[in-house]
Amino acid sequence: MPHRKSLSMIWRRIPERYRLEGTRCATCGRYFFPPRSFCPDCRRKGRIEKATLSGKGKVYTYTVVHVPLEGFERYAPYILAIVELDEGPKITAQIVDAEPNEIAIGMPVEMHFRRVSEDGETGIIHYGFKFAPIKA
Amino acid sequence: MNRVAVIGVGMSKFGEHWDMGFREIMAEAATKAVNDAGITGKDIEAIYGGTMSAGRFVGQEHVGALIADAVGLNPIPSTRVEGACASGGLALREAYLAVAGGHYDIVVAGGVEKMTDVFSEQAAITLGGAADQEWEVFQGATFPTLYALIARRHMEEYGTTEEQMARVAVKNHANASKNPLAQFPFEITIDKVLSSNKIAEPLKLLDCSPITDGAAAVILASEKVARKFTDTPVWIIGSGQASDTLALHDRKDICTLNATVVARKKAMKQANVKPSDINVAEVHDCFTIAEICAVEDLGFVKKGEGGKAEEEGMFDLNSDISVNTSGGLKACGHPVGATGVKQAVEITMQLRGECGPRQVDKAEIGLTHNVGGSGATAVVHIFSR
Repeated sequence: MPHRKSLSMIWRRIPERYRLEGTRCATCGRYFFPPRSFCPDCRRKGRIEKATLSGKGKVYTYTVVHVPLEGFERYAPYILAIVELDEGPKITAQIVDAEPNEIAIGMPVEMHFRRVSEDGETGIIHYGFKFAPIKA
Repeated sequence: MNRVAVIGVGMSKFGEHWDMGFREIMAEAATKAVNDAGITGKDIEAIYGGTMSAGRFVGQEHVGALIADAVGLNPIPSTRVEGACASGGLALREAYLAVAGGHYDIVVAGGVEKMTDVFSEQAAITLGGAADQEWEVFQGATFPTLYALIARRHMEEYGTTEEQMARVAVKNHANASKNPLAQFPFEITIDKVLSSNKIAEPLKLLDCSPITDGAAAVILASEKVARKFTDTPVWIIGSGQASDTLALHDRKDICTLNATVVARKKAMKQANVKPSDINVAEVHDCFTIAEICAVEDLGFVKKGEGGKAEEEGMFDLNSDISVNTSGGLKACGHPVGATGVKQAVEITMQLRGECGPRQVDKAEIGLTHNVGGSGATAVVHIFSR
């Protein structure tokens, strides 16, 4: 595993990774994911509030990873993408339930809750978001 | 601000040094630089050392003191500078600022990385530390992955091709074949790049810079003392540094490294030069797509035209602007903390006319461009004779 993570490191990210809980600046309307505690545009005029993202978006760019990160061998080759969410923020995530030749920039995708990796055979299992094409 | 000159340069052979440790590699480069400058250790007032992750590569932190110890220069101040793959460039800039600000007359900027004491999987994880651990690496991103995401988007927006990227590797290997200190001093072909193993599509193995042991050092001096030691000072006439979001996905346009654009503008404004004034440049080609972005973001060509310009040979040796005459990160090698300093070594040698078969004709103004991570740190320096 890249960096064995303490339980608290994983636990404190549950709202973001399980439910896409981010924030939004009520002054300018900009959404933040991962959440920011202040707005870099509005600075002290910004008003930050909690905002859960819809989990729908489009593929902004993607790659097929053939040499995986340690801990991700079972998924290789896997598709990793930057997804642009409907609310604006972009996030890095795996694309699942699709073959590499089915992926294209601009393709609509939605969030799915999945197992992401684990700290070896006896360590913590990490869950979080992946994305899959929206079935017509 | 005082004018600052490079009065001495040195670098180790770049490659896999199984017989040398962190300190021996650093000492070799530093000794060469001190001898080249014609100074003695007693003349040196401070050291700035760039290293990305001695802690994870060799289990050693507190590297500033170690470098001073290794080169026998205790008790002078010695500071480690870290900015991922831009650590060396940042060390150079800190050293430059210290002399320009009048604090010292003679300092060393060094860079070193000893990467082959761990298995390549561990090296990849350590390099991944330059990316956002919580929001990129957690999701399965490796370093080549991030540049592959840039490459795919660049292809989509500007029609850049895999052949054009391969052309960068071919050029840089051709330059490295004329550099005896390069890790890969041999030529390759476009077909060889295109048929090499897939790493993260569209990047193949030969689109990627290697894992390397190596060190580099430059001696900087104030104008007041520079001419005492050399008749051929190379002046640092511009220095710029900028930052960007740590995660690639947080940027509005991932095909532009805004930190490079900002650092370049600052450095060029200070130096009073424009992109077309540059004769020779060492740019941060950690992946072939990175050189294509760099020549655009440095203003050598318009955004989106980098691939075509590479294909047409605009950046070949003794073409419009000679780019990565050392072989670049791709073929000279990329000991991450050393790279930014090695770039200054190469440009100094080019401006002095000491590069032999890879010498650029009438090299008057040179540029170095060093990037950390996927572009969250960039540092640009401009040099003149």
